[in-house]
Amino acid sequence: MSTTTAGIIFILSLVAALVAVYKPFGDYLYRVVSGTRHSRPERGLYRVMGVNPAAEQSWGVYARSVLAFSAVSILFLYAFMRLQNHLWLSLGFEPVVTHGAWNTAVSFVTNTNWQWYSGESTMGHLVQMAGLAVQNFVSAAVGVAVAVALVRGFARSRTGELGNFWVDLTRITLRILLPVCVLATIALMIGGAVQNLSAGTDATTLTGAAQHLTGGPVASQEAIKDLGTNGGGFYNVNSAHPFENPTSWTNWIEIFLLLVIPFSLPRVFGRMVGQNRQGYAIVAVMAILALGSIAVTNGFELTGHGTVPQAVSAALEGKETRFGVSNSAMFASSTTLTSTGSVDSFHDSYTALGGGMLILNMMLGEVAPGGVGAGLYGLLILAVITVFVAGLMVGRTPEYIGKKISSREIKLASLYFLVTPALVLAGTAAAFATGNNSTALNVGPHGLSEVLYAFTSASNNNGSAFAGLTVSTPWWNTALGICMLLGRFLPIILVLALAGSLARQQPTPASEGTLPTHRPLFVGMVVGVTVILVALTFLPALALGPLAEGL
Amino acid sequence: MRLPTWLAQHLAALRALLVFTVLLGLAYPLAMVAIGQIPGLAGKADGSLVSVNGKTVGSSLIGQSFTDADGNPVPRYFQSRPSAAGDGYDPTATSASNLGPEDIVDTIATNPDDSTQSLLTQVCTRSKAIGALDGVDGRRPYCTADGVGAVLAVFRRDGLTGPVARVVSVNQVAPATAFVTTYEGVPVELAQPGHDYRAEGGVITPIRGDAPAQPAVPTDAVTASGSGLDPHISPAYAEIQVARVARERGADPAEIRRLLREHTTGRALGFMGEPAVNVLELNLALDKKFPPR
Repeated sequence: MSTTTAGIIFILSLVAALVAVYKPFGDYLYRVVSGTRHSRPERGLYRVMGVNPAAEQSWGVYARSVLAFSAVSILFLYAFMRLQNHLWLSLGFEPVVTHGAWNTAVSFVTNTNWQWYSGESTMGHLVQMAGLAVQNFVSAAVGVAVAVALVRGFARSRTGELGNFWVDLTRITLRILLPVCVLATIALMIGGAVQNLSAGTDATTLTGAAQHLTGGPVASQEAIKDLGTNGGGFYNVNSAHPFENPTSWTNWIEIFLLLVIPFSLPRVFGRMVGQNRQGYAIVAVMAILALGSIAVTNGFELTGHGTVPQAVSAALEGKETRFGVSNSAMFASSTTLTSTGSVDSFHDSYTALGGGMLILNMMLGEVAPGGVGAGLYGLLILAVITVFVAGLMVGRTPEYIGKKISSREIKLASLYFLVTPALVLAGTAAAFATGNNSTALNVGPHGLSEVLYAFTSASNNNGSAFAGLTVSTPWWNTALGICMLLGRFLPIILVLALAGSLARQQPTPASEGTLPTHRPLFVGMVVGVTVILVALTFLPALALGPLAEGL
Repeated sequence: MRLPTWLAQHLAALRALLVFTVLLGLAYPLAMVAIGQIPGLAGKADGSLVSVNGKTVGSSLIGQSFTDADGNPVPRYFQSRPSAAGDGYDPTATSASNLGPEDIVDTIATNPDDSTQSLLTQVCTRSKAIGALDGVDGRRPYCTADGVGAVLAVFRRDGLTGPVARVVSVNQVAPATAFVTTYEGVPVELAQPGHDYRAEGGVITPIRGDAPAQPAVPTDAVTASGSGLDPHISPAYAEIQVARVARERGADPAEIRRLLREHTTGRALGFMGEPAVNVLELNLALDKKFPPR
């Protein structure tokens, strides 16, 4: 079988698996977030936390709960890293430097998982499993909780209540993320991923050299890293490391974990608003954008344009033998389309246009299918903007799922859309204006791509990198930390405000002139609006980087 | 006493975080460590370590260098891919090269310690060396015969336009011979240390040359992996090494090839990943069956 054929079957097998679980897993997610019964252990947890699970929250209270939880998490994680040398299993590592600890604390709480450090030489086992990996779970749960709150805004009427953040957080973590992770960890261990508390083993190689083989609770962290679309690897080289991702079939499992929750959440949306076809329309938008991007990226990587790929006769630099070019490109597309940021190959060495596609994937705003939760609320914002644009064309007040999109709603949606481009473009400009772009490894257009990639990744909470750029300096750690923080929480506040104003409305019955939002026409319009908005915003920046290099 | 709402909210947040830290940060990973100790999983969870005569020689999942103390290949062993992890296959400093597809101009400084090779020159140098070691054609497109990137800086009279005024082979310094003598009728100069010809206005122009599009030295032999710890090579790269290993060990090449086939894994389920040869396991099997003379 040729490489290309095998690559296509690999992609189709993932598509088939995602289609197969859409209904059952989506329905399970729906039951978790909309059930009214609290299990006995959960009631116990609510007592320990000191919260009343029956209390409904307004959008303001919900938002303040999200922010309080995240603020406490950042402080806790910062202190954890600064004090790691006093704790167990620190492997003798020093406290993490101040600007680095700030960056990493923000990075893991915002579900970005940008890594300026090498895990194997910076973080002890306890910080990894009880600090970083805990945020892998709860930051993912926060994303899903906010998405569910927005959907409640569409589903409910004449109420200020959007649910209870603490209940959503607890249920999503314990009933969805944890059980799937237990199964995934066992599968990864069968493949060969390590799971121990060892400080490592000293080996003497066949030719007599010393080699220190690292240990650690890797498999358990790997599972949530992918399922929660986090992306922060136990090791510097992330899922390319054979201890994180040992075989071509664990690679398949990891890609499936990246995609399964984001692609199943539209089912929850459809169920909650009482029209499954609305969920199908949203998942269709995601799938069209994702499949298009995957096909194009695979095409660029397998063709291998560019001087070095031509000299090599394949774009294999930075890729593992066991995965090959096509499966690596599939992983890269999935990780940038989902705001995950874990990598099984190194994007900096991709062909110019293949690497450019990865930047474009993030610039789409992480909606195809996007991060857990964040992808769904991002795409619903784009759907709102689309009905507004359609309303302008025919001169009617736009509606979506029976809710009027009036001036307040469209203002919130527009502000949401503007946050990340402002951060990406201002950040990139600031790096060049202050000369901090000089830490780029590559020169010319590729150097600009490295800087642009860094700000795009941080502001969209992705976390992958063109890793040639050295970002362990105070300026980079501070600047990217600010982008991650604003890129996560400004949109969340705007989404919850939108949810609040939608929930207050009384539903408008559909009439002759209502634009149906479950038909192919609307799906095509959302795809179009997404691509046009992103192209208008970012094409000039892309022209200076990947396009200049690749054409 | 009733706490102010904002304080109560942050206290709830702190308690929630502590609860989750115990459950997800301690109970979950430790339970997984325990599961990893059941028979069948234990070896894998501990790192798939490989021992010979009671001494750990490596992990079957982690590649290693089969080179001597000076970094030269030990010819009786199959060689691994190039590695960007530390000084090569260092699990405490995992890394890819992160060099881009158009990284083709070497930095040749006046102080040789400050010089760096472009990715293209690294590829060309490796290809030439492997060609010499294994007796195959080491030529590649965009590479000079002396094993650096075949790249010219072309200066035109009016910047980007006009007749060619001057041409420099940017990756070659004296005493090399320029890989082409003239370009559009203008004699090609060698590079001088300490110059950045791109910044000086030269248009960087890689020259394809006449090497075959599918070179004899396979792709994985000249590229660094993502992890820097890649335990595998392609069957094609193993194949060109068979004759050398057989000669060094005084073995029949057909016997070596049979051993090679035993240590080659195909695609999982027939379509996942690429066929690969585990180099450490193959070399261990060789040492056992054909002890070095």
